[in-house]
Amino acid sequence: MKTRILGFAALAAVIGAAINGLFVVPADLNQGDAQRVMYVHVASAWLAYASFGVTALAGLGYLIWRDLRLDALALAGAEVGVMFTAFAIWGGMMWGRPVWGVYWQWEDPRLTTTALLLALYVGYLLLRRLTDDPARRAARAAVVGLIAAVDIPIVHFSVLWWRGLHQGPTIGDPTKLLHPSAPLLFVTALLAMLGAFTLVWVYLLIRRYQLARLDWQLEEEARRGRVRAVRQAAVGAAGAEEPAR
Amino acid sequence: MTDAGFVIAAYGVILGGIGLYAAFLARRLRIARQELERLDGDVDEAR
Repeated sequence: MKTRILGFAALAAVIGAAINGLFVVPADLNQGDAQRVMYVHVASAWLAYASFGVTALAGLGYLIWRDLRLDALALAGAEVGVMFTAFAIWGGMMWGRPVWGVYWQWEDPRLTTTALLLALYVGYLLLRRLTDDPARRAARAAVVGLIAAVDIPIVHFSVLWWRGLHQGPTIGDPTKLLHPSAPLLFVTALLAMLGAFTLVWVYLLIRRYQLARLDWQLEEEARRGRVRAVRQAAVGAAGAEEPAR
Repeated sequence: MTDAGFVIAAYGVILGGIGLYAAFLARRLRIARQELERLDGDVDEAR
């Protein structure tokens, strides 16, 4: 019930933030309306980082405590993170075409490392399908999730470390924390969208975690059913081999 | 395509995608819960 209320609150917040970003906040002087894409693009990118951070931490927790609930949380983070990464890339392309003149440029470090991040976590999700053994699956996924997380700071700092098409951080740069390069009105709209998306993110994470736990229970039931069937078959075979008296 | 077109494409895909994913999760959750209830029912019947 609480999760459902959170869902409705998230929906209302996203609608409010979208109306604000699309109709209330004025268009940028140089970029025009295209700049409005920033609100959903940046919020998606930040939540992609957060999701993969959850996956890495939950994976590390699993390796320490061997608790399958942490594996369910890691899976939830990875799936939601893949979705937000794909949306960040899509939003970036929709912003890049009118502003840069291209949808994509492989020479840009931010774009390329983000594409790599997406590929790494799609690989993580595919890896989980390779085995039915929950403990083995969780351990393998935890290791891969931790290795893949190395790309998160590379993506984030790529705009500072290397030159490329992508702009530098708007408010993420520690030296510009109190004096962001974007007008305060835009920063406020961005923070509103980030808040709304964070509510959605928490809601989706809880729902995906619940689903992972239910799937695990169903797997357990299926495994027990298989064991029962094998035992019954073995008992039946033994009965057939018994000599008639 | 105009700037507005790119903005609509970005918001449409991202917000629509989030909505679709939430609906997809809700559907899968409902199916999984029904499946578990059915299994529990089968176990009770067997007893």
